[in-house]
Order: sequence, then C-alpha cells, then structure tokens
Amino acid sequence: MRIATLLTGLAIAVAGCQREERQLRLDPPIAEALDKVALMPNGISGAPPNVYFALEKPYETNAYNLSQGKRLYSWFGCKTCHGNGEGGIGPAFLDGWWYYGPDMVSIFASIRDGRPHGMPAYRDKMTTDQIWQLAGYVQTIGSYAGKTAAPSRSDEKHTRPAENRAPAKIQFDQGPTPLHPDQGPTP
Amino acid sequence: MKANITGPATRDTDLERSQLEAELAETWKTPSGLWAALATVDHKIIGRRYILTAFVFLALGGILAALMRIQLAQPEARLIGPDRYNQIFTMHGANMMFLFAVPVMEAMAVYLVPLMLGTRNIAFPRLNAFSYWIYLAGGTLLWLSFALDMAPDVGWFAYVPLSGPQYGAGKRADIWAQMITFTELSALAVAVELVVTIFKQRAPGMTLDRIPVFVWAMLVTAFLVIMAMPAIMVASTSLILDRLVGTHFYNPAEGGDVLLWQHLFWFFGHPEVYIIFLPAAGMVSTMIEPFARRPAFGYLALVMALIATGILSFGLWVHHMFVAGLPRLGNSFFTASSMAIAIPAGVQVFCWIATLWDGKPVFATPLLFIIGFIVTFVIGGLTGVMVASVPFDTQVHDTYFVVAHFHYVLIGGAVFPLLGAVHYWFPKITGRMMSETLGKWSFWLIFVGFNLTFFPMHILGLQGMPRRIYTYQPDMPWHGINLFVSLSAIILVAGFLIFFLNAIRSARSGSVADDNPWAAPTLEWATPSPPPSYNFARVPVVSGSHPLWDCSDGLAVANGLRTDRRELVVTSLVAAEPQAREASPRNSIWPLWAAIATTVMLIWSIFSPWAVVWGSIPISITLIGWFWPKSIPEDES
Amino acid sequence: MRRATRLAWVVTPAVLLAGCDGWQSALDAHGTSAVSLKQLIILIVAVCSVVWMLVMIALIMALWRNRRERPLPVTPQPSTQRRMTATVIAAVAATTVVISGFTIMSFFATRALGIGGNDELTIKVRGLQWWWSVEYFGARSEERFETANEIHIPVGRNVRFKLEGLDVIHSFWVPSLAGKQDLVPGRANELIIRAEKPGIYRGQCAEFCGMQHAHMAFLVIAESPDEFDKWINAQRQPAVQPSEEELAGGQRTFLEKPCAACHTVRGTAASGTTGPDLTHVGSRKYIAAGLFETTRGSLAAWIADPQTIKPGNNMPMVPLTPEELRAVSAYLASLK
Repeated sequence: MRIATLLTGLAIAVAGCQREERQLRLDPPIAEALDKVALMPNGISGAPPNVYFALEKPYETNAYNLSQGKRLYSWFGCKTCHGNGEGGIGPAFLDGWWYYGPDMVSIFASIRDGRPHGMPAYRDKMTTDQIWQLAGYVQTIGSYAGKTAAPSRSDEKHTRPAENRAPAKIQFDQGPTPLHPDQGPTP
Repeated sequence: MKANITGPATRDTDLERSQLEAELAETWKTPSGLWAALATVDHKIIGRRYILTAFVFLALGGILAALMRIQLAQPEARLIGPDRYNQIFTMHGANMMFLFAVPVMEAMAVYLVPLMLGTRNIAFPRLNAFSYWIYLAGGTLLWLSFALDMAPDVGWFAYVPLSGPQYGAGKRADIWAQMITFTELSALAVAVELVVTIFKQRAPGMTLDRIPVFVWAMLVTAFLVIMAMPAIMVASTSLILDRLVGTHFYNPAEGGDVLLWQHLFWFFGHPEVYIIFLPAAGMVSTMIEPFARRPAFGYLALVMALIATGILSFGLWVHHMFVAGLPRLGNSFFTASSMAIAIPAGVQVFCWIATLWDGKPVFATPLLFIIGFIVTFVIGGLTGVMVASVPFDTQVHDTYFVVAHFHYVLIGGAVFPLLGAVHYWFPKITGRMMSETLGKWSFWLIFVGFNLTFFPMHILGLQGMPRRIYTYQPDMPWHGINLFVSLSAIILVAGFLIFFLNAIRSARSGSVADDNPWAAPTLEWATPSPPPSYNFARVPVVSGSHPLWDCSDGLAVANGLRTDRRELVVTSLVAAEPQAREASPRNSIWPLWAAIATTVMLIWSIFSPWAVVWGSIPISITLIGWFWPKSIPEDES
Repeated sequence: MRRATRLAWVVTPAVLLAGCDGWQSALDAHGTSAVSLKQLIILIVAVCSVVWMLVMIALIMALWRNRRERPLPVTPQPSTQRRMTATVIAAVAATTVVISGFTIMSFFATRALGIGGNDELTIKVRGLQWWWSVEYFGARSEERFETANEIHIPVGRNVRFKLEGLDVIHSFWVPSLAGKQDLVPGRANELIIRAEKPGIYRGQCAEFCGMQHAHMAFLVIAESPDEFDKWINAQRQPAVQPSEEELAGGQRTFLEKPCAACHTVRGTAASGTTGPDLTHVGSRKYIAAGLFETTRGSLAAWIADPQTIKPGNNMPMVPLTPEELRAVSAYLASLK
C-alpha cells in the first residue's frame, strides 16, 4: 500500500511538481535574458532564449503563471478587442487559428511589439515577466491539446466553457462555414 | 449466572480453559508475515496502527507549529515566505483536525470499544481495515503534496473564492478537497462500525445504562459523524465540480453564493469540534473512576450531557459567520444556542468535580492530565462563551484571541485527556506500564508550556493581531508577546518529546503490567494485557455498571459459542439479551485492494472527471472480491 | 523647506505611536461602538474570570479533601449523593443564569451597534488583493474621487462604510473604532463608524485573503470637521504639475513606463485602474497598504523591488535606471 501510494505520489510529482512552484520574483538578469527572443525575419515564429528552456518553460506549464496571465488579460484590457477569446474588434483566440503562429515566441512578440491592423505594443506597459505570463494564458485559450496545467474559469458571467475543460477546437462552434477559409489551412 | 446458548458441536462449553484458549487462538489468529499483516481484520491490530499513525501525524503537525512560532518570533522575519507559510498553517490545521484529532479518537474507540463491551471483534471488521488504508492514503496524499510544494494554501476551512477556480491556482485546493473525501470515508466507516458494535454486540446483561461513559460518548460521536460528514461531502464535491467541471455553485455572477460554502462547511465544522471533544469527555468520565476510587457521579447526567451536546452542536454553526453580514436577528439566535452548549459542558465539569470531591484521588499521571484538562478546558469553554456573543465576536473574530480559544478547547479539552488515556490504556495495549516519573515530567512541561504559549495569545488578539498572517511589522506592539509565546513553545515541545520518549521506551522495556494495574472497573481490564486475538476466552456476562468492582469474586461468563469459527454474541438493543451467534468475517486482503482502487480513483479525479467513470470499474471488481458469498451461514439464532 | 517636511513625516508617526500604545487595539477604543464593545468585553471577561476561579476553588478543595486515603473503591452514600446532586443542580442553574445574562446583553449591544444617524457620510471601501480602494462621493459627480489605503473621517459624525469585496473575501477591521465586517463578493455589507477622538487608527484585513494577507493594512484618520473639509477639497483636485526639472522627468518616466498602465494620476494621462490611485500619494502617511511610511526613499525601495518587500503582490518589478528610479520616486513623493 505504501509502495502504491508512493508510486501514485511520484506520478503526481512527474505530472505536476514544477507547475505548482510559484516564482514570485524574477531576477533582473533573467528577465532581461527572457526578453531576447530570436524572431524570424517576418516576425512570425522563432526561438525562445535558452534561459526559457533552462527554467523548464514556466509560462506554459506552471498553473500560477497561467492564472496570473489570465488576470493580466482582463487588467490590461485585452477583452476590449478580443472578448473572452471569441474575438471582436480583434481576432478570436478560441478558434485555434493563429495569424502569426501558435508558438509562444510569436504570441510574446505580438504582445510586446504589436502587430499591424491595430494590435498595440505593450513593451512599455508591461514587464517581460508579465508579457510571458499573458502569452502563456493566451496560448491556452486556443491550444489544440489539453495541457498539464491550465487556468480555471473566473467568477463572472460566462460566455464560453472554461479553459480547463478541453482543447479549444472541440468547443469552438464554427457555424455553417469555416471562419477564415481564405487565410491558410486550419491547423 | 450461566447463560447457555444451545447448538451443535465444537462449542466452548465443555472445554478446559487451556484447550479452549488454544482453539480460539487458532481460529482468531493473525498469522505472521507481511501478507497476513496486510489482510488482518483484528480490531486491536488495526486500532494500534490507527493510533500510531495518528500520533505520527501529531508529531508532523507539531513540527509545522514550531516552524510557525519560529517565523513569528520576530517582526518581518524572512525565514519562511508567505507562499510556504500559507501552506504550513493550512497543513497544520488540516493535519491536526482531519489526520490527527478525529482519527485518533476513532482509533482509540476501534481498539477499546469492543473490549469494553466484552465482544471479540468490532462489527464489520473488513470495513475497519478498509477505513484504515483509506485514512493512510489520504494522509500520505496531503503530506506528499506538501513535500512537492503543492500543498493546499487556502486555510483548513478553504473559503471560496480564495479556494475557487479563479483564485486558487493549480491543484492545491483540489488536493485539500480530496483529502477531505478520504478522511470522510474512513471516519464514516468507523462511525457505522461503532454504532452497530455498541448497539448489537454488547456483553449479555450490559443494558444501555451499564455502558461505560466512554462508549456512550463514542456512540454520540458516531452519530455526529454520520450526520455532519454529508455536509462537508457536498461542500468539497461541489468545490471540485466548480474547479474541475465548471459548475457555478460558489460563483455569485452566475447565481452561486459565496456564503453557501461557509454554511456547508461550518454545518460540518462545528459538530467536528464535538466529534473531537466528546470522546475526550467520555475518556475523562471513564478514567476518573479508578483514580477517584469511586463510580463517576451522575451517570445519567453525564450521558444526557453528551447527547445534549451532540444535538446542540448542529444548531450553532453560524457563530463562525457573525461578521459575514447575515441578518442580526438570526445572529442573536445563534448567540443563544452557542451559549446554551455551555450548560451540558458545565454539567459534566460539575459532575467530575463532585466525583473527585467524594472520592479518594490517586495522583497518577492520568489523573494529572484530567486535572490539567479541567483547568484549561474551563478557560476554553469560557472564552467560547465570549466569542458566542455577537458584539464580542466582532472584535476578536479571526484574531489570535480565537487561536488561543480553540487551542484551549482542542489541546486542553481533547489532547490532555487523550494523553491521559494513552498513559491509562498503554498497559492494556502493550502489556507494559509507562514510566510514572517521565509521565509526570511530561505532564508538567506540557501543562505549563501550553498555558504560557497560548494564554498570551488572548491578549495579542485583543491588541488587534489577526490570524493567519505570516509576519507583522516592527511598529506593531506585538513583538514582545510573540517572542514570549515562541520561547514558551519550547517548553511545550520538550513536554511532548518526553511523552514520545516515554511511550517508545516503555513499549520496549517498561515494567510488565498485569491484567488490571489500575484496579479499574470496566471490562477491558478483565482480560490479559495485551489481550489475546479473541479478546475474551469466555464472553463475560454483566450485571452492573462497574463489572469488575461489582463482583470481586470473578466475572460471570456465557458459554456455547463455537470455537472452530469466529463467532460472537449478538444481543438485543436495550436490554442486551443474547439473540444470536454471529459469524465474524475472517481475514481478507480485499479491503486493501478496494482501498487502493479507491485511492487511485480519488487522486485521478483531481485531474479528470472521467476518473469517476473509469476508476469505478476496478473498485467494483475489488468489492465483488470482498463480498463474494461465503458457503457458511452468517448467523444462528 | 523640503527637508523640514521630510523630517516631519518621519517624526509625526513616531510621536503618534509613542502617544498610543495600541493604535490597532480593541482595548484602546476611541470609536462609539468600540467603546461600548470594550465595556462589554471587560464585563464579560470579569464575570468569566470569577466563574473560572470558583470552579478552580471547588476543584482544589475536591482534590485536597481526601488526598491521604487509599482505600478500596468507595460506595456512594445516599446522603452525600443527595447533597452533591443539589450542589451540582445549583451550579448548573447558576451557569444558566450567567449565560442568559450574557445572551441578553449581547442582544442589546448588537442592536445598539446597528443604529445609524441622519447626518451620515458615505464612503465606499473595496477590498482587493492586497490593498484597499476608497471612494468618496460629493454633491456633484465630479466631486467623486478615489484614494487608497488611507481613509479620512470627520470626528463625531456617523460614517457609513459600504463594503465591497472585489476578488476574494476580506474583512474591514479598525479595532480602535469598531468591530469588523467582512467584504464578501456578491454581497453588499455595511458598517457604521463614529470616531470620538481625533487620531490615527490602524486597521487591517482580518479574513485570510491569500499570500499577502499579512500586509493589507490601512489607516483611518479622524480629524476635526474643518480639517476634514480641507483634506477632502485638496483630494478632489487633480495632481500638481511638476515644477522642477527632476520632477518633470519623473512624471515622464511614470507615464512612459508600465507604471501608468495600472495606476491613475488625475490630471495626467495615467489612468490605469488595476493598482491604487496615486493622485495624492505623497500626502498619504503610508505606501503599499501600511508597509512603509511615505518617503522618497521608501518609494524608491518599493518601486525598485516590490517582490522582495511584499512577495506575491501584483506590482511587477519594472526595470528602471537609477536616474529614472530617483526621478519617479521624487515625483511620487511630490504628489501631495
């Protein structure tokens, strides 16, 4: 029994130990290093800095960071254009269709540097740490597969199922016709 | 008096004592070996495990308390950060309530109640084994999560919205909620066993008014568990649903209610206090007899007080919510009911003092703990009366005043009697006496250390120090008292260390105890120390409320039970007249498999709701194995 | 001149502190309800102490009486049994009388606490992780303004606090003025406070609300109606425009860096609502919810590394050059 419990415990550990550690203060040199993403020339996709992997991708796997990202999403007014992920003035995230690619680097760059057609740059409004947190959250809204860590629903009126329910593509009701048939393949 | 129950052969009627004991030992034994140890259903072995595990959790929880005291010894200390501190105080509370206090009381009952009732095993012994494994799994889950830095950090009360989906990031609150499910399961299982054992397995002649008061206390406690646990079960399940499935029980924006959580939690949480206190009160009423050398004064009053406390305990949960903004008139009603519970508590205290008054006190360690209990519990009860008053409570609610109050009630009111009980029943459980010298040292250190540690907290509370803060600022006038409290805690810790040392040392090399070292009146002392696997060679027959005092010339016994299979006597509910011979289940490994399957399902369901569907399949399989029909008849009238 | 004011900020709280032992204590009562609560507390504690002593006397006597005898178990004598029964019944009856008295007392005390007056000032207090947002109203909508962590009230006037929990449950508690009241999301709770003596009273969140529950304090400053009017008129003004070059540089940094995304400074482009309103932050006695006295130095320390000082709070560590940091903290300290 003890062995069984221990094994179960180890399974939990493997699945989730680092997602529960709360990194509250990012040392300034690390924050600076995290800012140095290597983008492709067209500003889409690229490589995150090595320190991101050294930290074990904290902004994708750590529940606390994802929850903080979710709070930043409403605090910084993302809802004004993107709604709760269903879009509006800006594009939707829930449909799992990404203009600039679904990887963290692209989302990070979109938030930090802004994008054409109205996406403002948040370089001077948020710290690097916060941009990564927000990027991690935004990625979960439209992710294709369930993750080991997820932010949960908020205590507010709900316009869509919670993020932790299932991958987005199952939930997104595309309606009679695909939303963006002319804008590339659905991933 | 000889009550013969007639029937076919292989009965104990005509056997010689030595042959009878050999046959019974063969029938009831737990063979040696790991497998047999895992499969045993002997209430004494399981009870011993239960008690030991609970005391391990006490020690672990004590370490957490010491850590908190080190952190709070000086203002703005940097030893523990807020994140870890919140885990620590949550763990301390949850561990002490769910993994120590409630289980240890039930564990004492699992060991003692069948012996005190003169029966051979507890009712549903396999469920008993299952209950222990589930309890162990729940405790392991909580402590593993703490080791992995993912322990719950929302307080042992886990108020929403802090523990809800939006503010409780990660799986921390889910682990808390699921740990509750584990302890609920094991507590409910034991409660059911106790009720059936007490109602149906008493020794012939032990009418309801001859039951030892401790057994009465456990009966009331078992009913409290059965009625209070469903509330927390609903609460923790709906919390997990909110967090995992996306329901809105506690989301005000979608029509849920934040206060619903508090109502459900405290509807369980207040009886919980009495689930811990009533067994302790019962222990005191039982232990006071051999040390006052007199039957407890006011048996009927003591029992009625237990029952009244049990009933009233369901009518005062709102006094935990006096500042939540509920209607004032309603609050006043709960003031009245909370104050009223002081009456049955007073009845018991006055009866104990009267017993000592008319008795000839023997100042052994257990009596010292009883006296320490009366001194501190009366303080805890009186501060309880204070916080029951709405206006008083608005100033002290969620301050160190309340911390002081409930430690007086829980340590003074429950742990002191428990430590006395350990000293008292230790010879019965291990066959060896605990050292009186070390016992007195540990009592005085614990008593003095406890009061020096917790009494000043009343003042801290009135000076405005809130609970659950991981530090305070240097400009607050609290650091002097806090340092004093932290230093006093060293005395308290020393007392507990001596207690543990004494217990470990005495278990190995204490002086050998005879059957009844305290010259006590109750049935558990009528069998050897430690008791044989079958408890009693011949089932005793009782004709008074103090069997070993009433008939000094030897106890009457009943004959006619079969020795080739596990049999015990089933008696009627009120008069305890023999009704049937019931077969008691044999050892089985299935409870362990069932517990493992349940554990897997419960932990898995923290991560996916589908666990409930797929995880129930292995549980069903193990339950089928468990309940596979036996070829022998269950009972004979 | 500036040094003199700075000195005043250091000295004033020290003097005030020395003046009152517990500026956050239920026993140092200066509010109408806190005073009556203190009387109730003292009365109940006194009665309970007497009860405890009586029980202890009975216990000691019981233990003392027959302490030297070691006979066989006693068989109760009917006459003793009768006497003891009578005594126990009397004791239980006395208990009942005492707790009935307590119940009636607390019933009337509760009713007295709930009564308000006509001439009320209404202040809205919102609890957030981990600071307090305070909103004052006026006859016209532009007289409405927000501040944080410091509440001024006029002495001798009922003040109705409308309490609103915005994220999790908090509890509003100024022990020297009144008992506490929770701020529960989805519920509208109220608390009426009247200060009887001018002074600075500290309050603190009293319901566990997460990581920085320990650092969620606020001040209630009770002052004469004249001073209060002066204060409220000053608070209604937009922030002063910087006159010196260093301060202007600080304002520029404030607006260009992430600061302005979360904080409002009325009269400038900064209009974030996530963090406390900083329009008159220099006039407040403390920053970071009662953590530091407001000085240029403490502001700089706080901005430089908020996560070390108050781990887990929502203010990020914004990378600034030393010059920027100096300028921003000077600018904020100048916002009187």
